[in-house]
Amino acid sequence: MLPEEVTNFIGKRGDVRITEVDKGAIRRYAEAIDDPNPLYGDAEYARNSRYGSIIAPPGFWGWKTKWAQSEGGGYSDPRGGLVAALAKAGFTNPAAVNAGEEYEFFCPIRPGDTLVATSAITDISEREGRTGRMVFIVTETTYVNQTGDVVAKSRSIGMRR
Amino acid sequence: MAKQLYWEDVEVDGEVTPLPKIATRQMLVKWAGASGDFNPLHYDDSFAEASGVGKPIVHGALKRAWLVQLMTDWIGDRGTLKKFSCQYRGMDYPRLMKSMAEPQEGETWWCKGKITNKYVEGDEHFVDCDIQVENGKGEVTTPGKATVVLPSRG
Repeated sequence: MLPEEVTNFIGKRGDVRITEVDKGAIRRYAEAIDDPNPLYGDAEYARNSRYGSIIAPPGFWGWKTKWAQSEGGGYSDPRGGLVAALAKAGFTNPAAVNAGEEYEFFCPIRPGDTLVATSAITDISEREGRTGRMVFIVTETTYVNQTGDVVAKSRSIGMRR
Repeated sequence: MAKQLYWEDVEVDGEVTPLPKIATRQMLVKWAGASGDFNPLHYDDSFAEASGVGKPIVHGALKRAWLVQLMTDWIGDRGTLKKFSCQYRGMDYPRLMKSMAEPQEGETWWCKGKITNKYVEGDEHFVDCDIQVENGKGEVTTPGKATVVLPSRG
């Protein structure tokens, strides 16, 4: 059983992350994957595509420019946040492991976009694995662009032990 | 880009064109810089050792990005990726570099997919796929699912 100190974080809103999408960051991202898709780097090709401009690869949200802590510190506060509560409950391994992700994409992201990402923890659960106790943290995030369109939603599962 | 895929070209149980990938420590460093994920688990030997994974492992999100490319390459410019998910079940260890540009001998990862369903909703033509990253031994380390919309000849 997880202590209340941990489960109290279910439903807690995370920090608001503001990201800016620029051409260079899109290109670096595509290059890091080794994805030569011309929609991500060839302005002329992209202009003649149905998008009319360069777009970002699905799953790229640009570069973080501001990180506003939500009221009450949010769950990512290093002192009073979830990580500290988990450590108290015995999950002391420093590594946060990414266990899985889900995305829904609604419209393309383009250079020049500013995205506001808001997250909330929707579930925290414990599982006994072959290698000991593990805790899974589900975070849901909504991405909204500068014209108010919801461009994507994500659900990510983090694991700590 | 390759020629455009149409919804009519796709059959259930058919395969998504496989995409080979070679993860190297160099690629992980580039990914860290490009994604902003500076978790030392992916580049610091002693941190990886202390975390219990032995050596630095490939970022889950990098494998996610490979699987996104698997789908976007396949669906072409006029296809749209609508939904995507993957689970990081097994760890992958990148190759080291032999030179600035050349990886050492080692594993090649394959991104693969299989069509599980095709249907029409409204005026959109959907295809569902099971997707996965396989390591050099053919073990699935990263299974997932994708839903795409393809243009129709109709």
